[in-house]
Amino acid sequence: MSAELEMASRVLDRVRAVAGTGVETEVVVDYHALALTRFANSFIHQNVAEAATAVRLRLHLDGRTASAATTVVSDSGLADLVDRTVVASRTAPVDPGWPGLAPPARPAGCGGFDAGTAAATPAERAARVRSFVDAAGGLETAGYIRTQHWRGGFANSAGQSSTGETTQAAMDGIARNAGADGVARLAATALSDLDGRVLGARAAAKARASADPVELPPGRYEVVLEPAAVADLLHNLAVWGFNGKAFAERRSFVALGESQFDPSITLVDDPVDGCEIALPHDAEGTPRQRLVLVDAGITSAVAHDRRTGARAGAESTGHAFTDAGMFGAFPVNLRIAAPALDQSPSAEADGPAADSSVAALVAAVARGVLVTDFWYTRVLDPKTLAVTGLTRNGVWLIEDGQVTRPVKNFRFTQSYPQALGPGAVLGIGAYPQAQPDSWAVARWTAPALRLASWNFTGGASG
Amino acid sequence: MTHFDAATAAVEAALAAGARYADARVMHRRYESMSARNGDIEELKQLESAGLGVRALVGSSWGFFAVPDIANGTVREAGHRAAEIAAASAMVAGPAAELVPTTVAVDSWSSGCETDPLAVPLSDKGDLLAGATAVMRDSGADHAEGIYQIWDTNKWFVSSEGHRIDQHIRECGAGISATAISAGETQRRSYPSYRGQYGTRGWDLVSALDLLAHAPRIAEEARALLTAPLCPTGTTTLILGGEQLALQIHESVGHAIELDRILGWEAAFAGTSWLDLARLGSLQYGSELMNITIDPTIPGALGTFGYDDEGTPAAARDAVRAGTWVGVLAGRDSAAVAGLDYAGSVRADGWARLPMVRMTNVGLEPGPHTLDEIIASTDDGIYMDMNRSWSIDDKRLNFQFGCEIGWEVKGGKVGRMLRNPTYTGIGPVFWRSMDMLSSEIVPWGTPNCGKGQPGQVGHTGHPAAPARFTDVRVGVRA
Repeated sequence: MSAELEMASRVLDRVRAVAGTGVETEVVVDYHALALTRFANSFIHQNVAEAATAVRLRLHLDGRTASAATTVVSDSGLADLVDRTVVASRTAPVDPGWPGLAPPARPAGCGGFDAGTAAATPAERAARVRSFVDAAGGLETAGYIRTQHWRGGFANSAGQSSTGETTQAAMDGIARNAGADGVARLAATALSDLDGRVLGARAAAKARASADPVELPPGRYEVVLEPAAVADLLHNLAVWGFNGKAFAERRSFVALGESQFDPSITLVDDPVDGCEIALPHDAEGTPRQRLVLVDAGITSAVAHDRRTGARAGAESTGHAFTDAGMFGAFPVNLRIAAPALDQSPSAEADGPAADSSVAALVAAVARGVLVTDFWYTRVLDPKTLAVTGLTRNGVWLIEDGQVTRPVKNFRFTQSYPQALGPGAVLGIGAYPQAQPDSWAVARWTAPALRLASWNFTGGASG
Repeated sequence: MTHFDAATAAVEAALAAGARYADARVMHRRYESMSARNGDIEELKQLESAGLGVRALVGSSWGFFAVPDIANGTVREAGHRAAEIAAASAMVAGPAAELVPTTVAVDSWSSGCETDPLAVPLSDKGDLLAGATAVMRDSGADHAEGIYQIWDTNKWFVSSEGHRIDQHIRECGAGISATAISAGETQRRSYPSYRGQYGTRGWDLVSALDLLAHAPRIAEEARALLTAPLCPTGTTTLILGGEQLALQIHESVGHAIELDRILGWEAAFAGTSWLDLARLGSLQYGSELMNITIDPTIPGALGTFGYDDEGTPAAARDAVRAGTWVGVLAGRDSAAVAGLDYAGSVRADGWARLPMVRMTNVGLEPGPHTLDEIIASTDDGIYMDMNRSWSIDDKRLNFQFGCEIGWEVKGGKVGRMLRNPTYTGIGPVFWRSMDMLSSEIVPWGTPNCGKGQPGQVGHTGHPAAPARFTDVRVGVRA
């Protein structure tokens, strides 16, 4: 039995002793070790690490629900947690939507784990920063490298228990060339799969190709979006669209069974394929599992926890987060799936394109824009998923299949589902790239996309 | 082992491991929130977080380590690990790191609190949210939401220079919002702000909001917005409500004057700044009406404290005076790099996070007008209020904001309601166009400012009042 599951069991026992056997109880114990090395102006300026266990207890007693969490995991700390949660559950307002506890169920799998990453040292991270900086060939660099080790245990009074561990490493850096930036970004289960030299060289190539950009007029352009930009689409589709609560409340664009996307688009959330940052269970103990959200352009599912699932007459899909009742359940391991995708490392390309498959998409564009990355995207209306944001880290004009000149950053205002709608996807890159989430709890895996139209609503001058 | 003893032990261990400077914070925080929807309580959260974070400077390189346990052996190990991490940083070392001097304080400070928010019965707090959301539901909202949040934080700070400071800061706030939904879009109205107004105050702040009294109005307005005409597209005179102007300050002034951004330390993530230190003291940021202060001493504002997380005492400072940029938000190391002689704006969002440059209370001094006067003197324009969406580029120049509601202003009077109002612009151009500013200042609190890697959530205050801007592009849409 893992230390986390043993601790969860102790808390369950304590609840029984304090409140009796009639209380519905679930306990989540998570150990997180996170280390992150940041560099800017080509040197390491921040370098942090933490290791902590947190316990979250949720009780349902006499129709009332309360939850509490603590990082104080001594015997007295856990006793205090139980005592105050029991008190809160007796004075909390009535909870008519309580969905009950997750029943016992076998896990479907787990995310990826690498022992070397769990034990990674500051020197190993610094060595990769050194490689990134050196590969930039004298350009100013900035970014981070991160390792995380997550071990978790779950137990509830209905007999469900689960335990597992997972790791993720991520590197994200820019090279800077007289105010023009280029980026390279990658997530992996193992730190050993991150090569600072390759990423630094890619970022530098983009920065060098971005010198002296021109300002193009706003308007609708055909675009090739690189994986970093496509990851932003996946993030916003997941959070606002495939959110079971938003769907139930009619705030989502999702219409199940309808052809809302181009037939070339299949979206899968698969936390248990052995590559993702994921435990075998969600925060309610439901096994994490593969979920097809869009199948060949047809919207097929949304993510649920037990509460949103019960409201929708559906089962939980294993997407519960701790204390996310106000926001709801959504996928965090989303990827674009296509039969032709190549899982091998991407082939590098000369010039600003992230890889050879991006260059191949560019070659098919008569006039359009190559976009590396999006920045500060915010939703104007969740119902249409109209989003405003900016391009960042490299934008180029494409003419007759060639990248012809760098372009200053655009502002855009664009409906994301519309951008991926039927007939709108003109090409999909061969190499999916795993992109880390800045808050270290998600991963978006995407190839480049060639899209028929993107609504750029402003240029660098306004 | 006392909290001070634990922090001292961590600092001593870091020094023994080779650090030439070290500091440590023990923090204990209780957080409580409750949310309600359509008359029912949706979620009650009670979180406790406690631990120690220690920062070590070895040569020119920093290291930081955090642990949840403040037993003697653990905190000494944490100090050692922080120094070890700093030594690894030296593999990609930068220029010499110095710290500007600060008063070495031994002190205790607490924020004001009339009514302890954690002592208010859960049932009373739940009744307030359930009642307000029920009223909104019955007044036309498809989804009526309410939330309150409370933070009760104790921290003990020790540095190798001799600081020994404990602080007790209590923060709370609340808000309600109503959403109306049609086949094609959603419309939302909030009071007093989406997710609420917050301050370093007690439950008296929430009581004074009188959520119930405003619940019917915002539900009716959300419903009415569904059939209101679209905000026109074009360039016009723009009047902003104080809540929206607070966010405008936050995004296009507050972040831009963060010294770590100006120095490039946030280049890869949060971004840099359009500001150039060579023009500090001479750059025209805005019109002469623009007077912005950095003031962590404002009683009750959300960015208020006694000492920042480097032990620098809170002090007011000008950021923009009569339109000229004159000050920055700085930490002890960034100030030294920039050749400045002040710090005081460094905070961490918890014991497990590295202190970094953050906004405190960054806001406007009162102007000479009132909102009524601004409207009365506007022949043709649009009045927008309450933020709904926000986006700004990585240099803090090019912004686009959406508001919940707009109104036509014609002939000095407020006219038709407008839906989906948005405006866009370039920071200094926009601020230089401010030609009227109200005296009706409110210290708006923003409890969700994201920055840093690993991510940190900052609590900031923004005194702001309604103001008028000319030649602003409005009505951008997908």
